[in-house]
Amino acid sequence: MSVRPNARPAGHKPPFWRDRAKRALVFQLLLTAAVAVFLFYIVGNVQDNLSARGITTGFGFLNNTAGFGIVQSLIDYSSQDTYGRTFLVGLLNTLLVGGLGVIAATLIGFIVGIARLSPNWLLARLATAYIETFRNIPLLLQIFFWYFAVLRTLPSARDSMAFGEVIFLNVRGLYLPEPLFESGFGLIPAAFIVAIVASIALCVWNKRRQEATGKRIPAGWISLALIMGLPLLITVATGVPITWDVPELRGFNFRGGFTVIPEFLALWMALSIYTAAFIAEIVRSGIQAISHGQTEAAQALSLPRNLVLRLVVIPQALRVIIPPLTSQYLNLIKNSSLATAIGYPDLVSVFAGTTLNQTGQAIEVIAMTMAVYLTISLLVSMFMNWFNARVALVER
Amino acid sequence: MKTLKWISVGACALAPAVALGTTLETVQSRDSVRCGVNAAQPGFSSLDDNDTYRGLDTDVCRAIAAAALGDAGKVDFVPLDSVERFTALQSGEVDVLSRTTTWTVSRDTTQGMHFTGVSYYDGQTFMVASDLGVQSAEELDGAAVCTQSGTTSELNLSDYFRINGMSYDAVVFDSPEQSIAGFEAGRCDVLSSDASQLYAQRMQLADPNMAVILPEIISKEPLGPAVRQGDDQWFNIVKWSLFAMLNAEELGVSSSNIDEHADSDNPDIARLLGQDGNFGEGMGLNADWAYQIVKQVGNYAEMFDRNVGADSNVKIARGLNALWKDGGIQYAPPIR
Repeated sequence: MSVRPNARPAGHKPPFWRDRAKRALVFQLLLTAAVAVFLFYIVGNVQDNLSARGITTGFGFLNNTAGFGIVQSLIDYSSQDTYGRTFLVGLLNTLLVGGLGVIAATLIGFIVGIARLSPNWLLARLATAYIETFRNIPLLLQIFFWYFAVLRTLPSARDSMAFGEVIFLNVRGLYLPEPLFESGFGLIPAAFIVAIVASIALCVWNKRRQEATGKRIPAGWISLALIMGLPLLITVATGVPITWDVPELRGFNFRGGFTVIPEFLALWMALSIYTAAFIAEIVRSGIQAISHGQTEAAQALSLPRNLVLRLVVIPQALRVIIPPLTSQYLNLIKNSSLATAIGYPDLVSVFAGTTLNQTGQAIEVIAMTMAVYLTISLLVSMFMNWFNARVALVER
Repeated sequence: MKTLKWISVGACALAPAVALGTTLETVQSRDSVRCGVNAAQPGFSSLDDNDTYRGLDTDVCRAIAAAALGDAGKVDFVPLDSVERFTALQSGEVDVLSRTTTWTVSRDTTQGMHFTGVSYYDGQTFMVASDLGVQSAEELDGAAVCTQSGTTSELNLSDYFRINGMSYDAVVFDSPEQSIAGFEAGRCDVLSSDASQLYAQRMQLADPNMAVILPEIISKEPLGPAVRQGDDQWFNIVKWSLFAMLNAEELGVSSSNIDEHADSDNPDIARLLGQDGNFGEGMGLNADWAYQIVKQVGNYAEMFDRNVGADSNVKIARGLNALWKDGGIQYAPPIR
C-alpha cells in the first residue's frame, strides 16, 4: 500500500475560524438567524398591536359577502358573491388591461421605432414627434386626458354614433354585438387549429426545400389564406351556427350585446401609447446598434430592404432590444394600477380599494395585492429571460 | 438562555410607542390635535380663500382642540380620502377622524375604532340630470350610477337595487371631485351619495339646475367623529365636546352671549360653563373646557348654520338635525 500524500499531518487541523469555508458558513447562519428573528419579531409585533387596538386579523374575511357591484367582470359576479371573488374579478381585469396593453404597446412601439429610422423625412419626423410628446407627459395626465377629454366629446346614450345599426359608440362605452354560439360551433375553432398546424408544416417544408433546391413558394400568403379561409369555409358549410345579440337602446342604456366600458378604453389607450413611446426608442437604439456594415453587406447581396430588416438587422437587434423591453412590460403592468384614478375596476381599485375599506383589513389586503404584482412581474421576467436566451443562442 | 434574554431586551427597545402615554398627553405635548378630514367637501370640510379649512367636520375638530388645549386654533388638519381614513386613524396618524364617516357596527367593532356620537344625521339619495325627467328612484332600472370607492353608499346602492329588482352599473371613483366630473361628462345617469354631499356637489355644477335630487332617502347615515379603541379618556373628551355644543344650544348659550351668563342663576348653564362643579377634571381637562368650546367655536346651531344651514350657500334645513325639543333627533345627555 502506498502512502497517500497529505498536505496536513493528521491531528493538526486548523481551528474552524481559520477555515475560510467554515467561517463563511458561520456568518451566513448568523445572518439568516438575525433575519428570521427580525421577521418573527415584526409579525408578532403587528399581531399584538392589531389585537390591542381591537382590529380583526386573518383571511376569514375572504369568505364574507362583498355586497358591492363591479362594473366590469370577466367571470360571473354579483354583489352577493364573496370578497374572495372580488379579488379574482380585480385580478382578471388587471391581467386583461395589462395583457392587451403589452400587445398594443409592442405593435405601436415597433412600428414607430422603425418609422423613426425611415429615409422618408415626414414619416421619421412624425415618429419623433410622437415619441417626444408621449414620453414626456406624465402617465396619469394622459389617462385623465383620454378619459375626461375624450369622454366629454362623445354623444349621450340617446344620440349614440351608430355603425351599421349594430355597433354603437357613446359616452357609456362601445357596444358591440355579441356572438351566441349554437351547436356544431366546435368545428370552427377545430378548423382554425388545423389550419395553423398545416401552415407551420408548410413553412417548415418550404424552408427545407429552399435550402435544398433554392426554390420557394410564397408560403406566408398561402398560410394566411389557409388560416382565414378554412374556418370561414366550415362556418358556411355548417350553415353559420352563430347568432348575434345586437345591442338595443332600452330605457337609460343599451341592453344586450357586449360592452367595452370607457374606463377600459381610456386606460388601455393611455398605457399602450405611453409605453409604446419608450419601446420605440428601445427598438431604434437596437437597430442602430447593428453596425452599418451589416446592412451594406446585405444590400450588396441585393437583398431587398424588407429582407435586410427581417433577416439581418432585426434578429441581431432583438438581442439588444429584449432586456430593456422586459422592463417596459413590467412598467406597463404595474402602471395599470393607476386605473383607480378613473374608476376602472382593476385589482387596486376593487380589492385594495373597496374591499380593503369595507373590511378594514389593510395588512392582509395590501400583502395579497403586492404578492400578485410581484408574481406577475416575476413570471413576465422569467418568460422574457427564456425568450432572450433563445434569441441569444441563434446568433452567429 | 442569555441570548434569548438579549433578544427580548432588543425587542422591547424596538417596540413602537403604542402604549406610551394617553392620546391626551400626546396631544398636549404636541400642542395640537391632529384631525383627519375631507380634502374638499363644501359644508363639511373644504379650504376657503385664506387656505383655512371650513366646515362642520372641521369645527368639531376645533371644539376638541378648544376643550383639550384651550385654543380652537391648535388643530392640524390631515386631508384623507375615503380609502385612507381608517388606516390613518388606526395607525395613530390622526388623533380623531371627523370626515363624514358613517357609524356602523363593523366599523365600531372589527376596525379598531369607536364612534363618539352623531354630528350630522344624513341619508343616501340620488342626483339625476333634470333632462332625464326621472321623478323617483324606482325609475332608475338599468342606470349607470357614479359613486365613491370604500363608502357605505357603495353597499347601500347594491342593496337598494337588488331589493327593488333593478339592475345598475356601478362606476366607482376614488374622490368626490372625480365622481362629479364623471356625472357632468355624462358617464353616469345618476350620482349617489349622502344627501348633504349631493346638495354641496350640486352647487359645484356649472349649472345647478341641470340636476335634481330625488326625494327617496335609501339609508340611515349617522355621521360622526371616531377615535381609536383603548383610550377611554380621549373617547370621553371627543364625545363630550360635541355634547357640550348641543347642550349649549339647548340652553340658549352662544358664542356671542356666553359672557352675559358669567354668573348664571340657571344651574344647567352654571354647570356647563364650569361655574358650579368641575366636570372637566374627570377627563383630565380644565373646568372651563365647555366654556372654551362655546366661546371659540359656538354652539351646535351656530356651527350648523354657518357651515351647511341658513348662513351658508348649501342651505340645508335642520330637519333631523334639529334639537329633540324642536322636532329633530339631536339629543345630548346632560352635563351634571
